Amino acid sequence: MFGYMGKILRINLTTGVIGTEDLDFELAKKYIGGRGLGTKLYMDEVDPQIDPFAAENKIIFINGPLTGTATPTGGRYMVVTKSPLTGCIASSNSGGKWGAYLKYAGYDAIIIEGKASLPVYINIEEEKVEILPALDIWGKYTSETSAALTEKHPAASVLTIGPSGEKLSQMAAIMNENDRAAGRSGVGAVMGSKNLKAITVSGSQKPEIANPEGLKAVTKECRGILKENGVTGGGLPTYGTAVLVNIINEHGVYPVNNFQEGGDPGAEAVSGETLTEEYLIKRNPCHHCPIGCGRWVKSEHSPDGVGGPEYETLWVFAGDLGINDMEIVIEANYWCNELGLDTISAGATLAAAMELYQRGYITDEQLDDDVILKFGNAESVIHWLKKLGNREGFGDMLARGSYRLCDFYGVPEYSMSVKKQDLPAYDPRGIQGMGLQYATSNRGGCHVRGYLISPEILGLPEKLDRFDLAGKEVWVKVFQDLTAVIDSLGLCLFTSFALGAQQYADMVNEVLGTEWSAEELLLAGERIWNLEKLFNLEAGISPEEDTLPPRFLEEEMPEGPTKGWVHKLDKLLPLYYKERGWDEDGIPTEERLEKLGLL
Amino acid sequence: MAIKVKLFAYFREGRGKIVPMDYTPGMTGQDVINTLGITAPEIAAIIVDGVDGKVDSMLTVPIKDGGYLAIFPPVAGG
Repeated sequence: MFGYMGKILRINLTTGVIGTEDLDFELAKKYIGGRGLGTKLYMDEVDPQIDPFAAENKIIFINGPLTGTATPTGGRYMVVTKSPLTGCIASSNSGGKWGAYLKYAGYDAIIIEGKASLPVYINIEEEKVEILPALDIWGKYTSETSAALTEKHPAASVLTIGPSGEKLSQMAAIMNENDRAAGRSGVGAVMGSKNLKAITVSGSQKPEIANPEGLKAVTKECRGILKENGVTGGGLPTYGTAVLVNIINEHGVYPVNNFQEGGDPGAEAVSGETLTEEYLIKRNPCHHCPIGCGRWVKSEHSPDGVGGPEYETLWVFAGDLGINDMEIVIEANYWCNELGLDTISAGATLAAAMELYQRGYITDEQLDDDVILKFGNAESVIHWLKKLGNREGFGDMLARGSYRLCDFYGVPEYSMSVKKQDLPAYDPRGIQGMGLQYATSNRGGCHVRGYLISPEILGLPEKLDRFDLAGKEVWVKVFQDLTAVIDSLGLCLFTSFALGAQQYADMVNEVLGTEWSAEELLLAGERIWNLEKLFNLEAGISPEEDTLPPRFLEEEMPEGPTKGWVHKLDKLLPLYYKERGWDEDGIPTEERLEKLGLL
Repeated sequence: MAIKVKLFAYFREGRGKIVPMDYTPGMTGQDVINTLGITAPEIAAIIVDGVDGKVDSMLTVPIKDGGYLAIFPPVAGG
């Protein structure tokens, strides 16, 4: 078997039974790996209507066939489970090196089931797999946990949750190497519900490659393309993802004060240019990544610096809160990493709370101290973020995410979320394709299920009119399907700024010995997308939830280059369903499912 | 009268963040980048007086007196 290691590790935390199973190679090829294969394995074993926190729920850590190979960015792993935030399928991926280390330990995936009676962690050293007590690290921040476990297992990569995951916050992330996150959809809380604090993994095995010389050649070609490309060889290495602050702001789609406005004249203070000039210490690349967008920045927490904020984090702890202070953003990013929180949902929930305060739903009396949750109040950010992460006082309300918070006050419309997951940093009123992607994303509000910002704002691979509806349903479907492929291969989505479907096919073919065309690979992506949709339908997620917050559908953007626009989802959604071969109610047809091999 | 040219990322190197320029009737983005020593293929996105579009066509749009351009090299993220 090439590419894959051929083994799945199954660990039952209730019984303590640990076993290995052979990977079904044909099944793996049909669903590629990572997000696709993980979803298939999960759906075969778990009732979609399960309570995400039930012991009977499972959580799968799974690699793609390119994880741990020499391919550029080939180091990503995926976490698949049912989201406690959305009720949808959750597949959340992370870089760093943990995924590659899992492969080097000899496994394609770990299926965790049951619930430990006391806090535990799992240590994997190839054939040696053990469930060990974690009482001494339970309650610790992620860096403390990583340091303690690295001392015990010096060769290992450490994956862990923080206090937020232990306390079942629906926005809890899973962290590895301290600052890399499987951030979205609350996957960290599912680990916490199983009393599973961490997984350490190490090994020295390598996957067999079908055509080593061919892989060497195509890897060299792809690395060359990435190096020569202005984005992956220039903009991202130099400025990181933070470089988006200014370009998104200039287009009038940079959300301010919980998406009440679409531009901020002070955004330069938290831009990629400012981060690079005044705070950057060094780049912080993931495993086998030639792009190296990760940042390492100055912080009072360490003379050596700390992990730096991504664009989404910069926006959500700056513009979305009506504040432009880089040091507060770096501090907020630090605490999200330590507490194990999704930065987008954490900041967006603070933004929603500030709007509730602005409109009189949250009052001074309801807050359990005198730090007011108010747009522009810089001192409130870290204060309430820590309370959110530790579920202290009113922070317990915040820890549930913006939708549940706003719904508690009877005004869910002030939650800027789709399917209860908070939206990222692009106002859909001025980016019609992106808004359609938000509404139809299988994991709720998300930018990395189909990054339409590329053509609609950045001009990649070509510039589209961001307000025009024509053909956007086609672009959204192709982007969603291709993203499903990349997520399943074990590569970083950022490679797609330079590489196309053919290059992905070339790489995986040399690794697996397959002869897939780019079209076949995209068909596999469509299969994965439909599989996820079927899970959501069986979980009770109605197509009526394929929508956007009413603000975007009814309230015109008040000022700036997007002034006067709303999102025209009513026009685009029927076209999208048709493009997907679904019926007019948004349900996949038998004909389409049969074509995709899903019946 | 003058216009304002906003530069981003490495377009700022040796030029600054904001470059003021004298306005002349009919001047376009092409005139501006000629003055700044930037070529069209280097540009990934351009905004002229709040309007964006394909780079080649936006470079031919007349700039308003007192207006502005925002010019970006290839950048991305997510």
